[in-house]
Amino acid sequence: MNHVYGQRMTTAIEVSDLRKTFGHTVALDGLDLEVSTGEIHGFLGPNGAGKSTTIRILLGLMRSDGGTATLLGGDPWREVETLHRRLAYVPGDVALWPNLTGGEVIDLLGALRGGLDERRRADMLERFDLDPTKKSRSYSKGNRQKVALVAALSSDVELLVLDEPTSGLDPLMEAVFKDAVREFRAAGGTVLLSSHILSEVESVCDRVSIIRAGRNVESGTLAQLRHLSRTKVTALLERAASLPDLAALPGVSDVRSEDGQVACSVETHHLGGLLEWLGAHGIRNLTSAPPTLEELFMDQYRTATPASPEAATGR
Amino acid sequence: MTGFTGTGSLLRLAARRDRVLIPASVLAIALVVAMAAKATIDLYPDSGSALGAMRSVVDNPAIVALYGPFTSLSLDAFATFKTILMGAVFLCLLAYIVVRRHTRTEEESGRLELLGAGAIGRRAPLAAAVLLGTIAVLLTALVTAAVAIGVGLDSSGSVALGVAWTIVGLTWVGVTAVAAQLAETARGTAGLSIGALGVAFLLRALGDTAPDDSPVRFLTWLSPLGWGEKVAPYGANRVGLVALGIIAYAGLVLLAFTLLERRDLGAGLLPSRPGAARGTLRSAGALTARLARGTVVGWLIAYGVLAVVIGSIAGNVVDFVDSPETAAMLRRLGGSAGTIVDTFFATEIQVAAIAAAALGIALVTRIRTEETAGRAESVLATPVRRTPWALGHVLVAVAATTLVMLVLGLVAGAVDGQRTGDVGASIASLVGAGAATLPAVWVCIGAALVLVGYVPRFTGLAWPVLIAFFVVGELAELMNLPHWVASISPFHHLARLPGGSADAVTLTLLTLTAVALVVIGLAGLRRRDVPAA
Repeated sequence: MNHVYGQRMTTAIEVSDLRKTFGHTVALDGLDLEVSTGEIHGFLGPNGAGKSTTIRILLGLMRSDGGTATLLGGDPWREVETLHRRLAYVPGDVALWPNLTGGEVIDLLGALRGGLDERRRADMLERFDLDPTKKSRSYSKGNRQKVALVAALSSDVELLVLDEPTSGLDPLMEAVFKDAVREFRAAGGTVLLSSHILSEVESVCDRVSIIRAGRNVESGTLAQLRHLSRTKVTALLERAASLPDLAALPGVSDVRSEDGQVACSVETHHLGGLLEWLGAHGIRNLTSAPPTLEELFMDQYRTATPASPEAATGR
Repeated sequence: MTGFTGTGSLLRLAARRDRVLIPASVLAIALVVAMAAKATIDLYPDSGSALGAMRSVVDNPAIVALYGPFTSLSLDAFATFKTILMGAVFLCLLAYIVVRRHTRTEEESGRLELLGAGAIGRRAPLAAAVLLGTIAVLLTALVTAAVAIGVGLDSSGSVALGVAWTIVGLTWVGVTAVAAQLAETARGTAGLSIGALGVAFLLRALGDTAPDDSPVRFLTWLSPLGWGEKVAPYGANRVGLVALGIIAYAGLVLLAFTLLERRDLGAGLLPSRPGAARGTLRSAGALTARLARGTVVGWLIAYGVLAVVIGSIAGNVVDFVDSPETAAMLRRLGGSAGTIVDTFFATEIQVAAIAAAALGIALVTRIRTEETAGRAESVLATPVRRTPWALGHVLVAVAATTLVMLVLGLVAGAVDGQRTGDVGASIASLVGAGAATLPAVWVCIGAALVLVGYVPRFTGLAWPVLIAFFVVGELAELMNLPHWVASISPFHHLARLPGGSADAVTLTLLTLTAVALVVIGLAGLRRRDVPAA
């Protein structure tokens, strides 16, 4: 990766209190996002949460109504030309020119970004198993995404902005994608990866941000996020325990009694306190289920901070 | 017959999507006929004065080439002669728009795939599109005949008018249905269907203007537009010719369904070949030019053919008896102050300029097409800035329109030079006449860019505006519209060339207007979101 533009920055993307409305629809409602240089940052949220709108503002395609957005140290709206030399973008729904071939599109996008790395171009074409002589109109969704990915991954840039880039790829190609993205990071690159595919997020992302209704809900490493969510605990106790007392413990909820056992869920960082209390009642049997990634996301998608008055639309 | 399941629901869906387009077009076409007829009748209270005016133009090949022959020496024929053929052309365009919209455009966008996965028969989408096109044609014919009778025109002649349009319109429903099977893209379908319409128009123009005993006259019978003419509304009223239209319609629709059986969803019958593995496009401007290439080459060929035809017809015009009375009539119809041949060229070049403006609008509004298709994003996420990208589209539109008008003048001049014996002078005169229309064409391009820049959702308004310019220019005087209405059209301000004298001040003002509109449009585009909400 080249870093000819001054010293290496520690923050690649910094967004604070970003706002954007479309007519009466609030798409972004004070969004914060921070992506450090050299990390793969997962950008998650339900459909219509404002992911694509955020990305379009970061690319200078749309103008925000409030808040600040800084990309590679610059203003994304004003410094389009210089900033775009340093990044490559793969849109969520890749549309290509129907009568150009895949190869022509890759070379065009590469030339517009200031040139392609020929070796990487050939390598990526082979790894993604893409026929560059086909006209774009005959490509499937997955193949159109491959065209955009090959163009982006063979460009000499510092930042990749990827909007659900693998939604049309088969599992084999998704593995190729993950490898390529990891290599890009290993060479010093930064990636903003919007995705719905949890396994992909889990295996490549260093940190994630979850947004909902145009607002940031959580940010952090997956371990930190796990820590923030709830663990399900079921225990068979020697001595009868008072359920109201249990429910009064910090971080404990969903208390109920099942077949002589007590069951509850607890915020993971309050697990220690719960175990102490249960220990005092003599534990005969204990099961503790840490949240699965699915539960973690479902939890955040569904119930986090109160939604803005109007549902945000997908932009 | 199977595969038609769901035709009814698709037809309702299509009719709902076109609930404004079809009624508005039907009314517009019918009202133009009625207003033009009414104005003519009011203008010539006694048929004697009308017949005097008619006799002066009845055999003028210049007029006949554009509007078709007079069907009889009657006031009713005179009141409708400008609108019968033009209306038929517009009706063909309506049939083409409706059929293409619900077949190839849907298929290309992938929406048909969504429907096709439901309980929809394989033949149902084409059947629904053909039915809706048929309904639109029959409705136009019916309403126009009724309105014509309403303004006092002969009733059997008005019925014959409806029949003539039915023949032409239904044939174009069939032509477009076949084109949508042959071509793989909506744009390809447009090329085939509109191209066929152009050929039909030229065939009948050649046939109609040939001398009475020439075998060339038969060409009119090869053109569906010619069949409509042969019905001769308000003249011979040969309504029996409807059989010809029905046979063509049935044959073409059957052909379309046969072709449909032989291809896959999304594919066309004209195959696409593998292309280059490496690209040569290095800039956004090169991309814009490349995307326009096919369209511009098509228009150049069409304008070359058109130029040969009008250059040849000019030879026939000379045989026409020149009289002061005729000249006066021609000026009333929008001619120039020069000779009859000049008038003929001036009229043809003006119409060609308006058509070139359509090319310009189509090319410059690709900015919006690229945006809504999601392709603009891919380009604008690279270091390409928005203003140069959009300016590239403007320059391609300006260059393409300039090129087609110059080719028109050049080829027509070369052909006409054979008659006059002075090829150089003919070329200079006609190239000059073509070039002098360009500032008005550029104003249209600028106006379309302003729509793209400020009200992108209403970019399509550029088309009704251009059609209004055309109708106003053609018919303002006939319909007795106030002067300012006509002056809205940039084409109204052009000198009639050749024959008249070019007005440098007007041309400069038009050019400056075009530049100002482009600057304003680019400023709007620079400020707004891409894609716009």
